[in-house]
Amino acid sequence: MSTSPQHLVVVGGGMVAHRLVEALLARDAAGAWRITVLAEEPRLPYDRVALTSYFSARDPEELVLGDPAMWDDPRVTLHRDCAVTALDRGARTVTDRLGRVHGYDELVLATGSSAFVPPIPGADLPGVFVYRTVDDVAALRGWVEQVRAERGRGTVARPVRGAVLGGGLLGLEAAGALRALDAQATVLQFGTHLMDVQIDLGGGQALKRLINDRGIAVRCGTATERMRADRRSGRVSRLDFADGGRLAVDIVVLATGVRPRDALARESGLEIGERGGVVVDLACRTADPAVSAVGEVACIEGRCLGLVAPGYAMAEVVADRLLGGAATFPGADTATRLKLQGVDVASFGDAHGRTEGAMELVHADPVAGVYKKLVLSDDARTLLGGVFVGDAAPYASLRPMLGSELPGDPGAFLLPEGGSGNGLAAIELPDDAGVCSCNNVTAGTIRAAVTEHGCTDVAAVKGCTRAGTTCGACLPLVTKIATTELEKAGIEVSTALCAHFELSRAQLFDAVRVAELHTFTEIIERFGAVPEGASGAGRGCDVCKPVVASILASQGNGHILAGEQATLQDTNDHMLANMQKDGTYSVVPRMPGGEVTPEGLIVVGQVAKDFGLYTKITGGQRIDMFGARVEQLPLIWARLVDAGFESGHAYGKSLRTVKSCVGSTWCRYGVQDSVGMAVELELRYRGLRSPHKLKLGVSGCARECAEARGKDVGVIATDKGWNMYVGGNGGQTPRHARLLAEDLDSATLLRTIDRFLMLYVRTADRLQRTAPWVEEYEGGLDAVRAVVLEDSLGIGADLDAAMARHVDGYEDEWRAVLEDPEKLARFGSFVNAPTTPDPTLAYVAERGQKRPATPDEIATGPVLVSGPAIEVRA
Amino acid sequence: MSAVCRLEELVPERGSAALLEGADGAPVQVALFRLLDGTVHAVQQLDPYSGAQVMSRGIVGTRGDEPTVAAPVYKQVFALRTGECLEAGGRTPRPGLGVHLATFPVEVRDGVVHVGAGG
Ligand code: SRM
Ligand SMILES: Cc1cc2nc3c(=O)[nH]c(=O)nc-3n(C[C@H](O)[C@H](O)[C@H](O)COP(=O)(O)OP(=O)(O)OC[C@H]3O[C@@H](n4cnc5c(N)ncnc54)[C@H](O)[C@@H]3O)c2cc1C
Ligand code: SF4
Ligand code: FES
Repeated sequence: MSTSPQHLVVVGGGMVAHRLVEALLARDAAGAWRITVLAEEPRLPYDRVALTSYFSARDPEELVLGDPAMWDDPRVTLHRDCAVTALDRGARTVTDRLGRVHGYDELVLATGSSAFVPPIPGADLPGVFVYRTVDDVAALRGWVEQVRAERGRGTVARPVRGAVLGGGLLGLEAAGALRALDAQATVLQFGTHLMDVQIDLGGGQALKRLINDRGIAVRCGTATERMRADRRSGRVSRLDFADGGRLAVDIVVLATGVRPRDALARESGLEIGERGGVVVDLACRTADPAVSAVGEVACIEGRCLGLVAPGYAMAEVVADRLLGGAATFPGADTATRLKLQGVDVASFGDAHGRTEGAMELVHADPVAGVYKKLVLSDDARTLLGGVFVGDAAPYASLRPMLGSELPGDPGAFLLPEGGSGNGLAAIELPDDAGVCSCNNVTAGTIRAAVTEHGCTDVAAVKGCTRAGTTCGACLPLVTKIATTELEKAGIEVSTALCAHFELSRAQLFDAVRVAELHTFTEIIERFGAVPEGASGAGRGCDVCKPVVASILASQGNGHILAGEQATLQDTNDHMLANMQKDGTYSVVPRMPGGEVTPEGLIVVGQVAKDFGLYTKITGGQRIDMFGARVEQLPLIWARLVDAGFESGHAYGKSLRTVKSCVGSTWCRYGVQDSVGMAVELELRYRGLRSPHKLKLGVSGCARECAEARGKDVGVIATDKGWNMYVGGNGGQTPRHARLLAEDLDSATLLRTIDRFLMLYVRTADRLQRTAPWVEEYEGGLDAVRAVVLEDSLGIGADLDAAMARHVDGYEDEWRAVLEDPEKLARFGSFVNAPTTPDPTLAYVAERGQKRPATPDEIATGPVLVSGPAIEVRA
Repeated sequence: MSAVCRLEELVPERGSAALLEGADGAPVQVALFRLLDGTVHAVQQLDPYSGAQVMSRGIVGTRGDEPTVAAPVYKQVFALRTGECLEAGGRTPRPGLGVHLATFPVEVRDGVVHVGAGG
């Protein structure tokens, strides 16, 4: 590259800034730009739209947008907690709060909005909050918890009373958040009905009923005149209304609108819109060609837009322009869809029917709490807009039809399930219909992902187009379009296990269970598919055989090497050890909870020494011994079993480890015996075969030294018992486990984990860890919680019994092998020379131990240690 | 051809390694597979994709009617009768090693398995 890169400075590290950086990095292959992002907030850009989920997740990291690794790109520098305080357009510099001056070639203002604080006396009292950032939400939560803690000390525990000013989208989100914190919530709306900007009166009334059903009070037509403080504490305690009414409160959330944060532009003399916002043209540029504005702070086409989708569109425009393109803002899509505690609300287009001659088609069912309206042109054919409350199912398919003629009878789209379903299935969306508004993806782009870019499943289509990756509202439609296209392309969107079974793993699991089958031969004869051109179902493959092995093992079918089952096992299970790159194996004895006695350590050390094994502490809190040859495995295990060790199942798709911290027995902060619990869990679930490996963790207090939230099941001690988290994952796609239940006593904890694991074992796909399983389980975490805690499917007793069978039926696999000559016979190196080592093994010494020699070392240098030369004391 | 073992010593649908002597007197490692129909197939024990002597420890199965073994390290699928690699899984063999497996003639006489290792 001949020229040095230009410098782009982005002020603000919010959602739109993130999208701008992401888009620019992805497309700027030539390295034309160096980017500096100056962000006021102290964290990586996060998903503000999902802010309310912070209450259930409690972990701001889960809200982080995109791949955090993006910020490691050398082309971009992010300064957090570094608000910009001044802009000097003449010098082309900005100054941050630390007084540092940053020069720019191009400046983009992406400072978003701040919550509007209405000029009501008392709006500045302690206990009055806004709802915009993670910090706001954390403060609000802290306040509710504090009030409740103080209440707890009194004689009668009164609930925490909350009020929300504003009955728009944000107000309802905030009210839902208060309820999630178990506080009372009253929404105070100045206008005639809830969400009056987006939906009509009829929809608003239906919404009010549904919101009331969720334990949230609503007062419309209410103007708050004053907020009064408690005389003793000085905190907000009462609201006075214009009509003379009053409301006692402990906490108030303001959700009365937002104001663009346009101060920098204002002070540097740039044009500001009538109602605020940095005025920009369709290329998002201000009158100063080196300064642009995007997102909520931009006043485009005469207004500021308080939604993320138009902000993303602006980010794309600027990214394109910076790379020499000529993109312009395509116009705002102000369609909204909100899901508040299960209440579906959506509106798009001319929701209020203001178009000249517009007709409205309404279906209202107050009993079911459903209101649906289509706004149509005067000939009742062209779709102009719609409102959906209580059932927004038709929204995803109808919204892209905006401005087009509807096929057939429009009324069909408003009928409850079935009717509307058929109507929707019949629609073939035009290519230019927008499907994903967050990411501005059209139906045509999704189809092209299949037809032109070779995507062969829905996940690939999502990755390639980004459709469905933000709010997820469009996912059903994306899935439908992609699936239809895949089918057209002759790509089967199948859940079949492999060529031998058309069933999915979950289906096969149930089939085997119900038909009470016990051998692969029976199973493939009964349920196997005949591959094309073959004379019969055949004898399976490396995909279905281990799956059947796992299914049989989970259903209690005896030792994994018993009879025909042995032929199904992957090499690791077959040798009850993990194969290494040179064909030798590693040996991992179980050390429940990471606990091991000094005597145990000495035995492990002595065995490793005698057999010449390389030793290492694993990431799972136990010791791994590497370099054991097939014929050595029984000798090694005889010694270990003798000393009281048993198989650690490091080789199995089964429970691996239960990681623990030291807990209350030693640690000054511990509130429960985490090691004791970890040991109990590890002994309970050891040997449990599952769709993928399982890892658990137990921490003795909220400091979480066991990193339990990175596990499939994480248990964290509380004063009152245990919090249980599920669906954590390390590996390539790390996930923090999410809270399933709080303050469980030990017995309930065990039962809940029993059910969670058994449900997973029964219904997950092959090689699907719990994290993606929970995500894909119909109804998500809430549905899983309902099954395991409330027994919503009525299978609780069945799951309990299955786990009891597992616990009772457990035996140490290695001990059983050592006691059975037939199984032992599998561990010879050669059928004609069972104790002769593989003559090709070669090692070199490194840091005091051995390691496999590299091919180069074998070919050229002297190999210091060779396999057969190692002394083995049997 | 040399006698290697008795047929019953081979577990159906699971492999066993055997140590033979090649034409030049050097050791040759062979992977033997006994199928349900009683036939025995022999291929090289060296897995060309990992460089380890492990083919006998793969999973036996079928692709269509073709009996196969999947390499235990990176799961390439080979036809047992011909040694042909049917599925490479996007990998290439280690330098100097072929894509397919060498096969060896096998005869079962009077319940004894004989394999020809070129010696
Ligand atoms: C030995 C060990 C590394 C070490 O020296 O510390 C290890 C070694 C292997 N890991 Fe691991 N993992 C080890 C701890 C971990 C951890 C840390 C933990 O358990 O706390 C993780 C992240 C946590 C998690 O699983 O969510 C981990 C995530 C993986 C993954 C990614 C799984 C995923 O869901 O994405 C794989 C790949 C897979 O399983 O498909 C993997 C696969 C492997 C395999 C089996 C790869 C292979 O097929 O050869 C490695 C061989 C094991 C062996 O003994 O030969 N290993 N691996 C650790 C054994 C722990 C134990 O005591 O059992
Ligand atoms: C609870 C909630 C729910 C929402 N739900 C939806 C929804 O369902 N659908 C939807 O479309 N939209 C929703 N929104 C709106 C959406 O979040 C915003 O439209 C979007 O975040 C705008 O992005 P932005 O980058 O313009 O602003 P922001 O995301 O607000 O980012 C601006 C950033 O700039 C920083 N900043 C400001 N001034 C400076 C300065 N001088 N120096 C440095 N940094 C500065 C701010 O601290 C902030 O981090 C919701 C908003 C909230 C609060
Ligand atoms: S991180 Fe990779 S290389 Fe290291 S042990 Fe795990 S799987 Fe093996
Ligand atoms: S509409 Fe939000 S992700 Fe597609």
